Amino acid sequence: MQRNPQLNKSGELIHLLSIDGLPRAVLHQILDTAGTFLSVNDREVKKVPLLRGKSVFNLFFENSTRTRTTFEIAAKRLSADVINLDIARSSAAKGESLLDTIANLSAMHADMFVVRHSESGAPYLIAQHCAPHVHVVNAGDGRHQHPTQGLLDMYTIRHFKHDFTKLTVAIVGDIVHSRVARSDIHALTTLGVPEIRAVGPKTLVPGDLAAMGVRVCHDMKEGIAGADVIIMLRLQNERMSGAMLPSAAEFFKSYGLTPDKLALAKPDAIVMHPGPINRGVEIDSDVADGKQSVILPQVTFGIAVRMAVMSIIAGNSA
Amino acid sequence: MKVLIRNGRIVDPATKRDEVGDLAIAAGRIVGVGRVSADFEPERTIDATGLVVMPGLVDLAVRLREPGHEHEGMLESEMAAAVAGGITSLVCPPDTQPVLDEPGLVQMLKFRAHNLNLARVYPLGALTRGLQGEVLTAMAELTAAGCVGFSQAEVACKDTLVLHRALQYAATFGYTTWLRPNDAWLGNGVAAKGALATRMGLSGVPTIAETIALATIFELVRDTGARVHLCRLSSAAGIELVRRAKSEGLPVTCDVSINNLHLTDVDIGYFDAAMRVTPPLRQQRDRDAIRAGLADGTIDALVSDHTPVDADAKTLPFAEAEPGASGLELLLGLALKWGAQDKVPLERTLATVTSAPVAVIGDALGSLAASAGRLVEGGVADVCVYDPAAHGPVMPAALRSQGKHTPFAGHELPARVRYTLVAGQVAHDASSS
Repeated sequence: MQRNPQLNKSGELIHLLSIDGLPRAVLHQILDTAGTFLSVNDREVKKVPLLRGKSVFNLFFENSTRTRTTFEIAAKRLSADVINLDIARSSAAKGESLLDTIANLSAMHADMFVVRHSESGAPYLIAQHCAPHVHVVNAGDGRHQHPTQGLLDMYTIRHFKHDFTKLTVAIVGDIVHSRVARSDIHALTTLGVPEIRAVGPKTLVPGDLAAMGVRVCHDMKEGIAGADVIIMLRLQNERMSGAMLPSAAEFFKSYGLTPDKLALAKPDAIVMHPGPINRGVEIDSDVADGKQSVILPQVTFGIAVRMAVMSIIAGNSA
Repeated sequence: MKVLIRNGRIVDPATKRDEVGDLAIAAGRIVGVGRVSADFEPERTIDATGLVVMPGLVDLAVRLREPGHEHEGMLESEMAAAVAGGITSLVCPPDTQPVLDEPGLVQMLKFRAHNLNLARVYPLGALTRGLQGEVLTAMAELTAAGCVGFSQAEVACKDTLVLHRALQYAATFGYTTWLRPNDAWLGNGVAAKGALATRMGLSGVPTIAETIALATIFELVRDTGARVHLCRLSSAAGIELVRRAKSEGLPVTCDVSINNLHLTDVDIGYFDAAMRVTPPLRQQRDRDAIRAGLADGTIDALVSDHTPVDADAKTLPFAEAEPGASGLELLLGLALKWGAQDKVPLERTLATVTSAPVAVIGDALGSLAASAGRLVEGGVADVCVYDPAAHGPVMPAALRSQGKHTPFAGHELPARVRYTLVAGQVAHDASSS
């Protein structure tokens, strides 16, 4: 088996492709570094010169406004030059292959690619074929991973709950199609969370998830009882009809997070969501806007976490 | 041309021969096996001291890529790869472009292959026109043109009524239908369903995609009496169903590919597109069942499932990469490797790539049915001579096939083909190529 392509021979992070296989020390290094960047965001001049003179290319083969914007802000706060490319509407539409696109952008002296792609594993292919000095950050690939979202979720949990080793975390919703859930699960197991529950109907939460170290729950009440952290996932529109689920309304009835269901969790439980939220589908407005919701702090922490990731990998060489 | 292969270990599973001796060939036929009379005067003598002399291999699943996919493989390159792998007869599925559903296309392919004077090519005709699963092809005409059976290749026949009628019609004339058991709706993923596919976020093909298709096929076989060859099984549960069908006496045979015999989904590693094959690589217990089933004869034959794929089609994200791998040159080595690892007798190991696949093709081989895949006096001189001591790693760039993608890159193989003779002519000589 080949070496984990996101680490160099010394075990340092050179790309961020997946949380699967990341050592606990690297996770803590990223979270600690993010903490130091949080204060940068509060300064009047919100910039540090760590990536000055470097070019960061945002390559979004799949549409996203929010994630791309937070990466752009993070790169700019590190003083990098940021180029946004909406590949979904340009090269790929003209029939250019993924690696030809990468070769062309490398010829423009890119230093870092932030990649979102609809196919699982696409950032691995790019990392394996780009020049050795170029770093790749996975900004979401298919159903596989969304590692910076996983990291910002960990930052949020650490901020509010401090110690991972005593927590019960419930992840609710469309887990089978969720890259966020996979990143969260790997991060939580690596950080020593003793109980991780995956909650949803059998079409969205298959039994073989148990092999990832989670307890599979098909009953919402059982799933969130006594939880310290509840992570609600966005239900994609295309799942709400057809053979996965009969309707959004029926999903909300069984698995939507309402104040009375939230009352089953610990009184100080926090509610998280990677956004954008579907009010009345997976989460009730009273919960989304309520005291226990930390959805907006997640967004703020996301910028610091992405700054941390970019500055760490840029400092390590293959 | 008269050829004498001297002093080799002659292993022929069909006649249970395993002895050191000589093999004499004249006018394309074997004229002496074991002891050859002293007055035989060869024009060429091959010293096989320390080498194994066996029947030429018969591979039941080889995509030559002609017509229509010449950028991925041409007859010249793929037939040269076949004889370099010791393969003297091969069966090719009809999923070319255009599909082999017209006698003229089959005749052209047979004609092109014949002129190359390398391995013998036995095409499968399409079971339905354009593999669309709607209209039956002219099976009698296709048979007259040289087809040895009829197949839907990778396209599952969704309409059970059409499949039922196709089997009834094929059974009328005694034609064999070759089907890969895969449910059209459940079988669309890119990896085997399981913990690994779930972790990697790859769409999974569940085992029930295979077992549901098998259950349907067996019911249709019971009803029609049609002879069916099941192509490339992948799961332990599927093999168990075949075992029961055979013990019931149903006229079915089956094969498995070298990929599923040796690899599992864990080999996908970090989205390695070389591991993107159909059927998908399954789990350890499936591989164990495949290996046991091939040893005990539940699975009749081992195939290369040779599918040369162009580099552009493989350097894509895993799910978008074209499935398939080159395998012609690895078939013998991987058969021997399995045999050695699982302590399968050499006779059975070699039978899976010689006499057993010949029995699968059956009467459709015509006059060759009695002598292909075996070494008998008066039979055709299709022979493979390999060196059982020449082990070495698989090097993709060195493959003769136009497709350089193999999931076995770097794997040690325990033997090397030295000579391949087709109809008594030396079609491959490792010392000169």
